[in-house]
Amino acid sequence: MTVPSISWVVALPAILATLTGLLVLLADLGMEGPDRDALGWLGILGLAVTAAASAVLWNTHTTSFAGGLTADRYAVFFNVLFCLAGILTLLQSMNYLQTTDIHGGDYYSLTVFAIAGMMLMAAATDFIVAFLALEILSIAVYALAGIWRTEPRSNEAALKYFLMGAFATGFLLFGIALLYGASGTTTFAGIHTALQAETRPVRTLAVAGMALLVVGFGFKAAAVPFHLWTPDVYEGAPTSVTVLMAVGVKAAAFAALGRVLTTALEPLLPDWQGLVWIAAALTMTVGNVLALLQENIKRMLAYSSIAHAGYLLIGLVAVREGGGAAMLFYLVAYALMNIGAFGVVMLVGKRGEPNERIQDYAGLGFRHPALGAAMAIFLLSLAGIPPLVGFAGKFYLFSAAVRAGFVGLAVIGVLNSVLSVYYYVGVLVKMYMAEGGAEIEAPSTRPHLVTALLLAAVGTVLLGVFPSWAYELARQSFLVLRAH
Amino acid sequence: MTAMPILSLIVFSPLAGALVVALLPPENAGAIRRSTFVFTLVPLVLAILLLAAFDPANSGMQCTETARWIPQFHIDYRLGVDGLSLFLVLLTAFLTPVVALASWGDIQKRVKEYMVLLLLLECGMLGAFLALDLFLFYVFWEVMLVPMYFLIGIWGGPRRVYAAIKFVLYTMAGSLLMLVGIIYLALQHAAQRGELSFDLLRLYDLSLPFPAQAWLFAAFALAFAIKVPMFPLHTWLPDAHVEAPTGGSVILAGVLLKLGTYGFLRFALPLFPDAAIAAAPVLAALAVVGIVYGALVAMAQPDLKKLVAYSSVSHLGFVMLGLFTFNPEGTAGAIYQMLNHGLSTGALFLLVGMIYERRHTRQIADFGGLWKPLPVYGACFLVILLSSIGLPGLNGFVGEFLILLGAFGRWRLLAAAGATGVVLGAAYMLWMFLRVMFGPMRHGENAALADLSPREIAALAPILALCLYMGMYPQPLLRRMEPSVDAYLARIEKRIAASEHPVLTARSAVAESSPAHSAAQIPRAANWENSR
Repeated sequence: MTVPSISWVVALPAILATLTGLLVLLADLGMEGPDRDALGWLGILGLAVTAAASAVLWNTHTTSFAGGLTADRYAVFFNVLFCLAGILTLLQSMNYLQTTDIHGGDYYSLTVFAIAGMMLMAAATDFIVAFLALEILSIAVYALAGIWRTEPRSNEAALKYFLMGAFATGFLLFGIALLYGASGTTTFAGIHTALQAETRPVRTLAVAGMALLVVGFGFKAAAVPFHLWTPDVYEGAPTSVTVLMAVGVKAAAFAALGRVLTTALEPLLPDWQGLVWIAAALTMTVGNVLALLQENIKRMLAYSSIAHAGYLLIGLVAVREGGGAAMLFYLVAYALMNIGAFGVVMLVGKRGEPNERIQDYAGLGFRHPALGAAMAIFLLSLAGIPPLVGFAGKFYLFSAAVRAGFVGLAVIGVLNSVLSVYYYVGVLVKMYMAEGGAEIEAPSTRPHLVTALLLAAVGTVLLGVFPSWAYELARQSFLVLRAH
Repeated sequence: MTAMPILSLIVFSPLAGALVVALLPPENAGAIRRSTFVFTLVPLVLAILLLAAFDPANSGMQCTETARWIPQFHIDYRLGVDGLSLFLVLLTAFLTPVVALASWGDIQKRVKEYMVLLLLLECGMLGAFLALDLFLFYVFWEVMLVPMYFLIGIWGGPRRVYAAIKFVLYTMAGSLLMLVGIIYLALQHAAQRGELSFDLLRLYDLSLPFPAQAWLFAAFALAFAIKVPMFPLHTWLPDAHVEAPTGGSVILAGVLLKLGTYGFLRFALPLFPDAAIAAAPVLAALAVVGIVYGALVAMAQPDLKKLVAYSSVSHLGFVMLGLFTFNPEGTAGAIYQMLNHGLSTGALFLLVGMIYERRHTRQIADFGGLWKPLPVYGACFLVILLSSIGLPGLNGFVGEFLILLGAFGRWRLLAAAGATGVVLGAAYMLWMFLRVMFGPMRHGENAALADLSPREIAALAPILALCLYMGMYPQPLLRRMEPSVDAYLARIEKRIAASEHPVLTARSAVAESSPAHSAAQIPRAANWENSR
C-alpha cells in the first residue's frame, strides 16, 4: 500500500470554510449578551476569503486525496456560488433572527459548516467523499431546520426533513454500493473506465445503482416524486434556513448530480437521459400546478422551487448541447431570485407575526414602494419575464433542450412558465391591486436585510440584461467535466 | 447617416425619463405630469428628426446600430428602421404624449407610478418596432407586458384584475411558444450556415424545409394573432379595453395591437413565406370573419367602450386581410390602415374617456342630445368617427380602399364579404353617434356638461389634423413605404421561387396577373424529392 501524495490546495476552499465555522463556534464561547451579529460578520468575512481563495484556483485542474477531491473550474464555480449565497444568507439572518427566538451562535457556525459541505459536494470525485459531504451538509441543515426550539413548526420541519433525508441517504448509499459492485471502485474516474468496458450484467447492476443515485439526489434537489417533504419543511423552518435549503442544498445536489452523471455515469447516458427527462417534465408540472393553489407565500415559493428544479433538470437532459452550462447559469439566477423573494418574506414578517399569507401582502407595493418594486423584480424574474435573469436562464435552458432535439421538453417548459406566471402575478395582484394587508415594520430598521435584498435585486437586473459573461464562466466551468 | 445613435436614443429616452420621474417626490403630481409630458416629447422630436433623415428611395434598413450582446449565441443588439416600421415608430412617439396629456384629469391617484409605467411601456413598444434581432425583439415584446398589466390592473375598472391577468396569460402563452420557435429558427441557421444567428436580415435568407416551416409559422402566427387580435383569439381584448383606464386603452388600441400586425409583416410572413402563402386563404378568411363579426357585435353593444373595442377587432381584420394579399396595394394599405386605426381608435377611446370623466357612465342609453351642451366635443367626435368608418377625404378611406383593392386581386368573394364590413362599420358608428349626440335630451344631468377644456382640445387637435392630412395627402407616407414594401414582396417572391413550393407558385402567389402561374404545379411528393 502506498501513501497517496496529497495536494492540499485541492481542499483549500473547504478547509477555509471549515476553519471559518470553527472560528465562529469558538468566538461564540467568548461572547456575552444576546447580540451575536459579530458572529455573522465573522462568517461573512470567512466566506469572502474562501470565495477569493477559490477564485484563485480557476486555472487549476488537480485531483488528489486518492482521486477523492478535485479542484477544477466546476468546483470553483460552485464554491463561489455557495460562498456568495452564504454571505447573502448570513446578512439576512442577522436581522431576521431578531424576530425569532434563535439566539445561539451555533446558528452561524452551522450555516458555515453546511456551506463547507456543499463545497465538498461540488468537488467530490469519489462516491465516499460525496456521501460524506452530503452528510456534513445534511446534518448541519437538519439542526438548522429545528433551531427555533420554541416554535412547533420548526420542530416539525426538522423531524420531517431528517426522516426524509435519512431515507434519501439510504437510497444513495445503496446506489453507491451497487455501483461499487459493478465496477469495483468508488472513484468517478474508475467507475467511468469500468463502465466503458461494459459487460451486460455489470451494466444492469450499474443502471440500478444509477437509478438509486438519482432518487437520492432527487430527494435533496426536491424533484418530483421525491418532493413531498419540501412544502412542509420550507414552511416550517426559519425563513433564513429555508433560503439556505432552497438555494444552497438544491444547488449542491445539482452540483453533485451534474458531476456524477456526466463523468462517472457518462457511459450510461442513454439510460439516465430518459429518466431525467421524465423527472424534469413531472417536476416542472407538479410544482407549478400545486403552487397555483397555495395561500401561504412560503409554501408557494416552496412549490415554485420544485418547479425550478424541473427547469434545472432540463439542463441535465440536454447536457451534451450546452445544457450543463445553462444549468449552472440558472442556478446562479435561481439563487439571486430566491434569496431576494425569501428576503422580502423575512422583511414582511414581524416578531410573533410571520405574515406569511399572500393576503398579508395586500397593498404592500404602495405602502413600501421600494420593497414592492424589489419583490416585483424577483417574482417577474421567477416567472421568466425579460430582461431579468430568470428569463436569460430559461432562454439558455430551453435553447439547450431545442438544440439537443428535445423540442417537446422545451414546449412543456414554456407551457409551465405560462402556468407559473399566474401565481407569481397573483402575488403582484395582491401587492398592487388590493388593500388591507399586514402592517410591517419600516424596512430601514433592518439595514442588513435591506442590503442583501438590494444586492440580489441589482444582480437580478444586471445579470438579466448582461448575461453573457456569467454564462461564459458557466460554460467554461462545465467544459472541464467533459475534458477528462 | 449621422454618427448619432438616433434609434437607441428614441428607444431609451423614455427609460431615462422613467428613472427620473421615479425619483420625483410622489406628492407633487403636477410636476410629475409636466415632466412626463416633456419626456414623452423627446422621442417624438427624435422621431421627427428620424423622419427628416429617412431616405425614401432606400428600401433597406436605415440608421442601423449594432453592438455585441450575448456573443456565445450570436445575439446582437441590432436596431434599424425601414418604410415598414418608420411610421409605426412615429405613431408610438406621437400617441404617448397625447396619452400623457389625456391622463392629466383621468389619473388622480398614484400619478407617479402611472407615469413611470407609461414611459416604460413606450420604451418597450419603440424597441419592439426597431429591433432587428429576434432575441432583442422578444425581450422588448415581453417587456411591454408588465407595464400594460399594471396599467390595467391598478387604474382599471371594477373587473380590472381579471382583465389584466387574462391579458397577460393570453399574451404569454402565445409568445413563449414563439420563443421556442425563435430558438429553433436560430438553430436551423446553425445547421445550414454553420453558426447560430438571431439576426433577422440573415434569417430572411434561410430556406426552411416545409414541415418545420409550418410549425414555426404556427408558433409565430399564434403569438401575433393573439396580439392583433384575430378572430377567434380576440376574447381578451374587450375585457382589457373596457377595464383599462383611458390612457391604457389608447395605447393598447393605438400601438400594442399594431405590434401583432407588425409581427406578421416583419417576422411571420417574410421568415416563413411558403407556410404563410399556404395558410393565407384560411387566415384571410378568418380576417374577414373578424371584420364582419366584430362589426356585428359592436352594433349590439350598449357600452361605448365595448363598442369601440369590437370595432378594433373589425378594423384589424382589414389589416390582416391586406397583409395576406401579398401584393403591393394590400400590403401598403395594411400599413396605412395600422396608422389610421392607431389614430382614429386612439382618439375614439380618448373621446369615450372624456365623456366618462364627466358622466361616470359609458352606457349609450345614458346619453342623447349631447350636441347641444357639447358642440366642440361633438364636432371632434364626428370627424374621428368619419375617419374611422372610412369616409373619403379622411385617412380611413385610403387604407380600406387599398386593402380592398389588393384583396379583390386575390379573392373576389372574400373581398366582397370584407367590404360589407365597411357598410356595417358605418352603420354601428353612425347609429351610436345618433343615439349619443342627437335626439332628445333624456337625462337632465347631461345638459350641464362642460365642453372640452383647452388641455383636452390640445390632446385631440393633433390627431384630427393628422387624420385630415393623411386623408388628403397619403402620397408622402406611401412614397416612403413603397420601396420597403416592394423589397418585402420581392423577398417573399424570391424565397418562394427558390423553394418551388407546390401549394402556390411564386408568381401566382405574389402577382395574380401573371400568366405563368399554372406552369409549375409539381406534385407534392415529387417536389419533396427535388428539394432534398
